[in-house]
Amino acid sequence: MTSFAGWQMPLRYASETAEHQAVRRAAGLFDLSHMGEIRLSGPGAGAALDYALTGHLSTLRPGRARYTMICADDGGVLDDLVVYRQDEDEFLVIANAANTDVVLTQLRDRASGRDAQVTDATGDYALVAIQGPEAAGILAPLVGGLDLGAIKYYAGAFGEVAGRRAWVARTGYTGEDGFEVYSRPDDAEQVWTALAAEGSGAGLVPAGLAARDTLRLEAGMPLYGNELGPDVTPFEAGLGRVVKFDKPGEFVGREALAARASSGPSRHLAGLTIASRRIARHGYPVLADGRTCGTVTSGAPSPTLGVPIAMAYLDRPAASLAGADLSVGIRGDAVPAHLTDLPFYSRRR
Amino acid sequence: MSVPAELHYTPEHEWVSFEGTSASVGITDYAAQQLGDVVYVSLPALGAAVAAGEPCGEVESVKSVSDLYSPVDGEVIEVNAELEGDPSLVNAEPYAAGWMFRVRVAQDGNGDAALPADLLSAAEYEELTKSAG
Repeated sequence: MTSFAGWQMPLRYASETAEHQAVRRAAGLFDLSHMGEIRLSGPGAGAALDYALTGHLSTLRPGRARYTMICADDGGVLDDLVVYRQDEDEFLVIANAANTDVVLTQLRDRASGRDAQVTDATGDYALVAIQGPEAAGILAPLVGGLDLGAIKYYAGAFGEVAGRRAWVARTGYTGEDGFEVYSRPDDAEQVWTALAAEGSGAGLVPAGLAARDTLRLEAGMPLYGNELGPDVTPFEAGLGRVVKFDKPGEFVGREALAARASSGPSRHLAGLTIASRRIARHGYPVLADGRTCGTVTSGAPSPTLGVPIAMAYLDRPAASLAGADLSVGIRGDAVPAHLTDLPFYSRRR
Repeated sequence: MSVPAELHYTPEHEWVSFEGTSASVGITDYAAQQLGDVVYVSLPALGAAVAAGEPCGEVESVKSVSDLYSPVDGEVIEVNAELEGDPSLVNAEPYAAGWMFRVRVAQDGNGDAALPADLLSAAEYEELTKSAG
């Protein structure tokens, strides 16, 4: 167990490597109840989110989800978010646990006068995720009142799981197919137990935070506090597509983000593989021909590739480093590294 | 969690096994479980002089890096080369195939192996891990 943003979280149940492999090959079960849930209700909710976030959420159809960000006036990222439109006037914003208070405060401020009520719903939901190629097959016999096959990637629906009411969404943070089940906290144990029992014959294992981190890293997904933070805009992270300049009206950060879009990013997120068993960890320097050219943001062994991988911010585009001798400074040693396209892993569809 | 009775332990979560004048060293089952999957072990060089309580290598897991200490003064006479190819032996068999290095223990004035006074018995070590939660 480990302390994480005020929650006690399982770092691993047994071997994080085995948990990672299970998610890639079969399925893993995650307790993600620490995630923040913020509800926006009312006829002005879509417009309020258009103003508050980088995305064009008012165009989201009910039953669909979108990945988006909330930025400060200077364009710095305050959090990355998944937003579900659960009904015409009902949105559920999923924030990182450590950022929930900031996001809640900002959303309340930015929604004021826009005919939308903002409420912290974190305590109303527990979140159990089932991820991996077997996830749909394990979940299917347990759902009621919804058609799992009709829930496409980045969509969701209300129904029942193991007899308990839930919002079931085809979203995740692992690079695999899978579902996130938002239930009442009192119902989460029943949801977890039923999924664990249903999946036990299909290779499902409980998976902790450590596996979640290596899975998202292989999938090239950013982690707030590593690749994202108030000192970068979405453009540095290669996620400029989440900024919808063509939406009508103002939105927070527009001016600064437009300037960054035209000037180009100040840093460049790149993927590295490490020619060693040693891990290039957060904060370690990246060297080109012996001179510092960037900093590692996340690093871990990749069970799928069999070598350590890392993401790093470089001070120049990766293309301009072709031919350079790249290395990572690992506690005093320059360990050879190679640039790799992101993501490191994409599932076959 | 296993704590073999016949071994000695250190507060740094290492075990020591004495055979005559040599001492074999590894990390405990408790340490391996706390670290998680071990992915890299940096061992001292053959012939290196090591000193009790001084770092002489590293144990790297998915989530962390820890120093490896020598529990005794002496000279490194053997290292477990298997760990280079398969560091997961540390998790699988911390007291057997996951052993790390062997030291010829420095001798005291009487020609006996000079053992540090602060080594723990199995019972003492178990107590330590319980109080660490």
